[in-house]
Amino acid sequence: MKEIVLVKYGEMVLKGLNKRTFEDMLTKNIKRRLKSLGHFQLTSAQSTTYITPLDEDADLGEVVERVGKIFGIASLCRACVCEKDFNDIKVKTIEYLDDILRNAKTFKVNAKRSDKAFPMKSPEICAELGGILLENYPNLTVDVKNPEITVTVEVRDTNAYVHAENIKGAGGLPVGSSGKALLLLSGGIDSPVAGYMMAKRGIRISAIHYVSPPYTSDRAQLKVEELCSKLTEYCGGIAFFCVPFTEIQEAIKDNCPEEYFTIIMRRLMMEIAQRIAENDNDLALITGESVGQVASQTMAAIACTDAVCRMPVFRPCIGMDKIEIIDIARKIDTFETSIEPYEDCCTVFTPQHPKVKPKLENIEKAQAKFDFEPLIQKAVENTVMKTFDYRK
Amino acid sequence: MFIYLDNASTTKPCAEAVQSAVAAMTENFGNPSSLHRVGLDAQIAVDNARKIIADSIGADSSNIFFTSGATESNNLALRGICSAYGRKRRKIVASSVEHASVEETLSALEKSGFEVVRVSPESDGKFYSADFLNACDDNTVMITMMYVNNETGYILPIKETFQAVKRKYPDIITHTDCVQAYMKIPFKANALNADLISLSGHKIHAVKGTGVLYIKKGVRVIPVMTGGKQEKGIRSGTESVPLICAFGSAVEKYNPTIKERYQAVSALKSRLLANISAIDGISVNSAEDASPYIINISMGKRSEIMLHFLESKGIYVSSGSACSKGQQSGVLSEFGVSDKNADSALRISITAETTESELDEFVKILREGMATLRG
Repeated sequence: MKEIVLVKYGEMVLKGLNKRTFEDMLTKNIKRRLKSLGHFQLTSAQSTTYITPLDEDADLGEVVERVGKIFGIASLCRACVCEKDFNDIKVKTIEYLDDILRNAKTFKVNAKRSDKAFPMKSPEICAELGGILLENYPNLTVDVKNPEITVTVEVRDTNAYVHAENIKGAGGLPVGSSGKALLLLSGGIDSPVAGYMMAKRGIRISAIHYVSPPYTSDRAQLKVEELCSKLTEYCGGIAFFCVPFTEIQEAIKDNCPEEYFTIIMRRLMMEIAQRIAENDNDLALITGESVGQVASQTMAAIACTDAVCRMPVFRPCIGMDKIEIIDIARKIDTFETSIEPYEDCCTVFTPQHPKVKPKLENIEKAQAKFDFEPLIQKAVENTVMKTFDYRK
Repeated sequence: MFIYLDNASTTKPCAEAVQSAVAAMTENFGNPSSLHRVGLDAQIAVDNARKIIADSIGADSSNIFFTSGATESNNLALRGICSAYGRKRRKIVASSVEHASVEETLSALEKSGFEVVRVSPESDGKFYSADFLNACDDNTVMITMMYVNNETGYILPIKETFQAVKRKYPDIITHTDCVQAYMKIPFKANALNADLISLSGHKIHAVKGTGVLYIKKGVRVIPVMTGGKQEKGIRSGTESVPLICAFGSAVEKYNPTIKERYQAVSALKSRLLANISAIDGISVNSAEDASPYIINISMGKRSEIMLHFLESKGIYVSSGSACSKGQQSGVLSEFGVSDKNADSALRISITAETTESELDEFVKILREGMATLRG
């Protein structure tokens, strides 16, 4: 009995002439993700990728686990390969699903016949196979509305496939199909979620992080690297840029009014991020901002930050509340890491009473009192890059 | 002469393990919880070992928790799950051949009000997953089964059993003591359907005093020890950095060769069994498809007498039915070995580093003992 994994495409099936580009990107991403797991053959047909294990002891459970986190996939399932012959379908169904069918109470059969040359029509397959299963398993009754088990038979071009599970995929578009963007990753809860959400739209993520030793510790940086590493499960490989930010923060502290500290810092962060992004061929910045969450994320504050931006800034968390963001953080397993209690660059020198409604002209005036350009250049020059690949 | 054939009791630490333990004691001696660089370096070393061990069972680092050894891992698994999920569900299903660290913990839980169902092998000496599944019900909080039995090498059907249990009762937590399987039989946590896995360092050429409990994401374990919240609060107490580093190095060394060593050890076992079969009065208690690393035989003389005779010639084995210091554990009788044979059982446990000539020498001395010893 041969078992494979069927991967059904998500919204990219709606694409027109360039659908192929998306398919190729998805296949490439799946291949890379499975590389450390052994040898697999990938074939694509009818908006489905077939993952056929070539090694005897292939761990298909792990394949499903990993592929379930790749964007571009609507659903996936392990399935048994049958000949396109009803007798074989019948025998294999009982052999393959015996364990499940024996322990269930209700079921239905679902048939999809994309190969119209197959002599039985879908309803006939359902009726015939359903009858056979009822005969073989006295514990089963049919329930078409809410069955415990749905036995699905798919008659496709080369083979028929039987399965009883349909796992929801990660959705979205294949990472890389929309180009690259640079994620401002602080170490908090929101920014990893923002990265995950944009990766879902097919964007390959690079990440930038600012460190201010001795105000921030090595552990704070390691925490962010751990977040990067966790994001790879969804986002694939990530280039991580670490910017030395101490001198700039000290300069702001020394030369600018305290209530503007955070806004000016964010403007300078954006400036540095854009220069790094331009070098890294990133087309946009991504932040985890959410309107009104903190003083620097009020609409007025965001407007002041945006004023220095020459490229689009994506803020996928903008309309979400904290609970919604945390739910996603838990789902992608970044939450526990995010809440480790190390001070990051955003909380160093936080003003007692930050301006919640800053005016751009005041900010610009305050920032102009000191020439930050040499420090910005120095920070960009001394930025260190690291790459993160899949954790396993 | 020094021939060590008691590797299921403990193994000699490999050079790599010793080296990294020494490095962690002489150079990298910080407390992983300290905020400074010395502490951070120690933490990095611990996390490096964590990653190696996680990779070896296909897990994520965040699922690996260091303990003082498999006894603690087993205690933490059983007690921790029973505290977390055992308020309403009061039944535990286990195999009848568990190691003392599981069995005695089960007895303690029994005294505190849990019902423990111990599933025995059938009359053919084999365990069947259906028997375990039948023992489970809606009142069951967890099932615990060792992967490889430490006395006979018997391989329990944990994969099939856990799969069937999870299918029928998704809420039942599955725990397996993989001490005698780890680095000997290839396995992945997910494929085993295990929520919790106990591992030991000193059985795989690392150092005594270190073990691991793998906890699947989402499974809640209430800690047994309270304190400084190390290991995410699951196991308080400053991490034993040297022992953990040694554990990591041993896994790094042995993980790539599991299959090759299995074959080599299988060949050694076949050779040993062929030679032993030529001696009158010896029967083999280990099943044919058991782990080749453990060979349990009965030879008609009291175990201890033969053990000391072999010892006098520089050969070290274990009495076949002793959990510790000569006490009989009853496991052999569970497998259908008669009391008389259990009294005369020897456990020979080998590694890939055991040589043919060592085994030949053992057989020679065993033959001599059979001929000269009385009683």
